[in-house]
Amino acid sequence: MVINPDNYGLRLFVRYLVLCLIALIFIFPLVFMINSSFKPDSQLLADTSSLRAFLPVGDISLDNYFGAFQRAPVGLFVFNSVLVTGMTVVLSLLICSLAAFSFTFLRWKGRDVMLSIVIATLIIPFEIIAIPLLLLVSKLPWIGLNGLELGWLNTYRVQIIPWIADGLTIFLFVQYFKGLPGELIEASRVEGASWWQVYYRVVMPLSGPVLATAAILKFLVMYNQYLWPLIVVQQENHRPVMVGLGYFFQLNVAWGEVMAYLTLITVPVLIFYLFLQRAFIASIASTGVKG
Amino acid sequence: MKLTKHLAGAMIASTCLCVPAVAQTKLTMWYHGAGNEVESKILNQIISDFNTSQSDWTVSIESFPEKTYNDSIAAAALAGNLPDILDVDGPIMPNWAWAGYLQPLPIDESEFADFLPGTKGVWDGKLYSIGLWDAAVALFARQSTLKELGLRTPTLDKPWSREEFMAALDAAKASAKYEYALDLGMNDQAEWYSYAFSPFLQSFGGDIVDRSTYRTAEGALNGEAAQAFGKWWQSLFTDGYAPGTSEDPADQQTGFIDGKFAFQWNGNWRAVETMAAVDDVVFLPAPNFGAGSKIGAGSWQFGVSAKSKHPEGAAEFIKFATQDKYLAAFSDGIGLIPPTPSAAQMTKNYKDGGTLAMFFDLSKAQALVRPITPGYVVQSKVFTKAVADIANGADVADTLDAAVDEIDADIENNDGYGHR
Repeated sequence: MVINPDNYGLRLFVRYLVLCLIALIFIFPLVFMINSSFKPDSQLLADTSSLRAFLPVGDISLDNYFGAFQRAPVGLFVFNSVLVTGMTVVLSLLICSLAAFSFTFLRWKGRDVMLSIVIATLIIPFEIIAIPLLLLVSKLPWIGLNGLELGWLNTYRVQIIPWIADGLTIFLFVQYFKGLPGELIEASRVEGASWWQVYYRVVMPLSGPVLATAAILKFLVMYNQYLWPLIVVQQENHRPVMVGLGYFFQLNVAWGEVMAYLTLITVPVLIFYLFLQRAFIASIASTGVKG
Repeated sequence: MKLTKHLAGAMIASTCLCVPAVAQTKLTMWYHGAGNEVESKILNQIISDFNTSQSDWTVSIESFPEKTYNDSIAAAALAGNLPDILDVDGPIMPNWAWAGYLQPLPIDESEFADFLPGTKGVWDGKLYSIGLWDAAVALFARQSTLKELGLRTPTLDKPWSREEFMAALDAAKASAKYEYALDLGMNDQAEWYSYAFSPFLQSFGGDIVDRSTYRTAEGALNGEAAQAFGKWWQSLFTDGYAPGTSEDPADQQTGFIDGKFAFQWNGNWRAVETMAAVDDVVFLPAPNFGAGSKIGAGSWQFGVSAKSKHPEGAAEFIKFATQDKYLAAFSDGIGLIPPTPSAAQMTKNYKDGGTLAMFFDLSKAQALVRPITPGYVVQSKVFTKAVADIANGADVADTLDAAVDEIDADIENNDGYGHR
């Protein structure tokens, strides 16, 4: 058969075929996880050597889900993660956008040096500062309902506050704010708007895409937190989902329950992503940044 | 005046009546078994019994996932946040004692005189921890396989020699009935490697470290005996007796049951499940490679943290928890070996004639605890990497020499870990 290079339909078909194959590679792990969550361990393990691993065939049931809820407080872990993640995302968007606004639009001494320092923090791996940070938060004071307390361990705040401000999110906002028309800001100022009014009446309403991107990136970082909660949370009632995964790795691993747990904790991520998908893609196209 | 007296009397009486009973002092306890329903149930029962059995102390437990437990302890020690009572994996105990996480148990050692040696955590001549169970490894086989292949059934008194063991593997390989003659569980490259495979090295006459000084691995891990072990170990994979490090994890769980392997080197925690699936399963003692048959020992143990303000209360709880009835309950629940003969007689599997009784005898006769040194934490990882590399075809002599260098450097960096 001779392929006509000008055959638009054929080229389109080949292009979609390649894209579908690439999509399948990314989808397979999810399909495997979801299908396996309905299978008993013996069948799950036996199916791994064939394509049956990706199909909902055989002895299908919800037993693994019941088992997962029996083995670990799945609801509590998801609640903890969603609470910590949600609070951090909201506070991070506020604080980081304010910082970026200052770096972009306000003129103050040492601004560029400070921005360079903030961006330089991107190259410091968290593992390096984990222990000093642990020592710090274990001694920090807090005034709460019980009066003055020393130490933040085993709380939600220890999982939230250190993660609110970060170099990447500030950098994202700075990059986006630089692309906004300067005339708009100047006009607002000429009209008598305060800097605060410029921030929340002019700049933020135009920042939907970067807000979505920053929110999704922050959400993923926070929802996948492992090392930090592992060392600062020693009580089950504040434990997040990723540390909770360890409940399923006993001497004899119940793989079906592992898959059920993973499926359950993936749901909030998918919902969040689908909710912000359009704005996320728009922002990636404009900032060239991806997670 | 009379009224005043009545009032005063009433006040004194009401004060006396309202004084609460002396409050129990709270003890905190951390445990590695989060997600393990059976262990949690038994431990919660012990705690509940203890809390109601006396009026001085009340224990509250916090469970952690096993995989992250040691990291949580290290972080808590840094933050000065350790509980009163904690459990510790036997071979890790010297490291925690050396690092100042634990204090010696304020209990007379004679209280545990009849406990299996592997259940006692002794460091620097002092008892730091005590286990509620022990674990043992055996060679799983089918009686029918032994018969078909014409093999002698080895016993504790007369285990297989190296030649007999290799002849058994040859016979299984020649029968062409199995994918592999032997399953060693090679995909699990965690503590399993040191726990399960270092006894082979010790049976050859070598060791992970020189136990006479604990200041070097020279000669122990790269001497003649260790070289012989390394060559034999490599031949298991190059000659096709056993699957290598890329073994399918599923095979370790179900491969023997499905008949893919003639023999499996596995722990007694898999024994109950295997017995349920394989009618004629037998548990054989470790072969003797020249320096006697050896298996690993030492499992999770209870200790008192160095920062505990109430070591006497913690000790009281540990003594309470090590009663035979609780040791037996753990054994019945999770299938592991009860530490005392009297507790063994109270269990369904380990009493005389019980289906797993041989594991108790095996532990008593062949068990050798892993090197009792704070440096074991590093040495175990180095040993694991070395045997994995050798299994993957690395040069035996070079690999063992490199492992010795790494272990010796670590010992030196830590000023000998307190060994003089």
